[in-house]
Amino acid sequence: MSTPLKPLPAWADVALIPLINVTAAFVISGLVVLAIGENPIEAVKILIGGALGDLEGLGYTLFYATSFIFTGLAVAICFHAGLFNIGVDGQAYLGGLGAALVCLYLPLPGYSLVIVAIPAAALFGAAFAAIPGYLQAKRDSHIVITTIMFNYIASALMGYLLVNTLRNPKQMNPETLPFPRGGTVPQLFELLKPLGIVWPDTPLNLSFFLALAAAVFVWVLIWRTRLGYEIRAVGVNPTAAVYGGVSPSRIVIITTLLSGALAGGLAVNVILGSEHRLVLEFTAGFGFVGIAVALMGRAHPVGIVLAAILFGVLYQGGAELAFDMPRISRDMIVVIQGLVVLFAGALEHLFRRPVAALLARRISQPPI
Amino acid sequence: MGWFDSLVIISDSAVRLAVPLILACLAGLWSERSGVVDIGLEGKMLTGAFAAAAVAVFTGSAWLGLLGGVAASIVVSLIHGYASIDQRANQIVSGTAINMVCDGMTALIGNAIWSQGGRTPQLPDSALFASLTLPFVNEIGAIPIIGDLYRNLLSGHDIVTYFAFLCVPLTYWALYSTRFGLRLRAVGENPAAVDTAGISVRALRYSAVIICGVLVGLSGVYLSIAQAAYFQPHMSAGKGFIALAALVFAKWRPWPALATCLLFGFLDAVSIRMQGAVIPGLGEVPVQAIQALPYVLTVVLLAGFIGKAIPPKASGVPYVKER
Repeated sequence: MSTPLKPLPAWADVALIPLINVTAAFVISGLVVLAIGENPIEAVKILIGGALGDLEGLGYTLFYATSFIFTGLAVAICFHAGLFNIGVDGQAYLGGLGAALVCLYLPLPGYSLVIVAIPAAALFGAAFAAIPGYLQAKRDSHIVITTIMFNYIASALMGYLLVNTLRNPKQMNPETLPFPRGGTVPQLFELLKPLGIVWPDTPLNLSFFLALAAAVFVWVLIWRTRLGYEIRAVGVNPTAAVYGGVSPSRIVIITTLLSGALAGGLAVNVILGSEHRLVLEFTAGFGFVGIAVALMGRAHPVGIVLAAILFGVLYQGGAELAFDMPRISRDMIVVIQGLVVLFAGALEHLFRRPVAALLARRISQPPI
Repeated sequence: MGWFDSLVIISDSAVRLAVPLILACLAGLWSERSGVVDIGLEGKMLTGAFAAAAVAVFTGSAWLGLLGGVAASIVVSLIHGYASIDQRANQIVSGTAINMVCDGMTALIGNAIWSQGGRTPQLPDSALFASLTLPFVNEIGAIPIIGDLYRNLLSGHDIVTYFAFLCVPLTYWALYSTRFGLRLRAVGENPAAVDTAGISVRALRYSAVIICGVLVGLSGVYLSIAQAAYFQPHMSAGKGFIALAALVFAKWRPWPALATCLLFGFLDAVSIRMQGAVIPGLGEVPVQAIQALPYVLTVVLLAGFIGKAIPPKASGVPYVKER
């Protein structure tokens, strides 16, 4: 290849390049809409109107964003340790099992039930992530392959449990009995009603604030603690980390545990916050959205929250769009998500060289 | 019906279920042996299936459908190749992106064209690969046991199936007995050595990626215009990932890949047949347990409890020439 790349100025690295990459993904999405025979600008208007145009749309947007913050953080924390956790979906699925077992079988009074159910979701998610983590750390099995396998194992296990053991006997659908009231995370519209504030009936619940707290927690952990420093050290150079007295296998296990626990947050939002019972395939591929969110947010909690809100807009607005323009089905959102992963992840250096050349020319111009 | 007949019927359906796995697994084998990790098999399989069905709908020809499916899959493969080889991207990220884009795009375009939720219209028999009857079926079929096997297991498949099985010795021969194969394996283990010998790492890896596209495209072709008679969104249903598991399980070797795919196909056939069946002494075996078995077996193998699966040394590592 040609001459090595000169480092870009920090602002270009942090803001310009990611912005160009994401723009490229959206431009191509626009071309796809055009090829289908619809007007992309009209489509964007409907999408944004549906997602942010009224309080109801906004409620759903933030509800989706909550799920994506959790899964984005789960993927990102592994990125920092140089690990790729594709199993967030399965871990979240098992997290739902933990939450449901507590809510259905523990006789706890009032909201103490949900206070136990939330850590249970995190614990089950972490436990399910622990096996691939352990195998990566101690037996050198590639975490990408094992977590892919574990997604399918989770799906089979939960399918079995929901059909055969946990199913509500009065229902044909594979779902459990509804949880008692104390086993739910309160939704925002219920909380605001006594205060006289009218908020439409949406599944947005207090998990949103839990997700924001998780984002702050991850920021503090990664950049302000010794453990976070060790995680980043292992991610950048495991050999050097060993010389620094860090045990990479210990860090790998701790990081995957934390990642699985964060994945459990998806179950908290969807199962405890909205469905109020365990249902089949409730994760709906949101674990994979986390990959796009983490890449787009450059594995930084602030970026992740912003990217999660953007994807919340896409998911809520996309539903509206599919209604108004039936030829653009909700699959469009999966396409956009994939293009974001492609351009913000796989092809992240595509525009680096031209941008570097452009900036270098501007800087080297002699002053007039 | 005797146990022998049941066994022949299950084996026959196992063969049918194994075909897409064999093709996709060999596709992954070519790619990963050259050092390009490919977790995008699922997406390419869907692309092949969709393009094959779409072309077959418009032209009424199964062969044109096959060409369309393979061509579309090669295009997707080249995107992955460009990201992995020229852009030196993280190959897992690129594969993930490809799975997402293909999963969404096939359903989206299918829905935009036919407005049936992404499904293509049902294809007429003339636009499908028909099952072939091997010669002398009546004569050989009259022999007990061997005849049953010949008539019910070997005969009566379509041309894609026979080609899939032919691909195994072809791959074995090409990888282990040709100069191209030797170089391709070398580039997956030690690209610097290949480069020093004056052979282009880039060209070798691109050819592997294209072969991968052809084979995995065929697996999609098989799904939509040989096994079924339509395309339906997400119809690959994780087969690309089972193929990936089979590849690991077979330790990146062609003959074990065939055996593993047949085993996984057999498990799939058994799980379909065993719905609600009771095994004496064990009780009812949950279907999900059999369905999860390929994944569990692969994890156990990866964990090093039954042998050790060691991938090609340079797989997943972009090659950077010394500057």
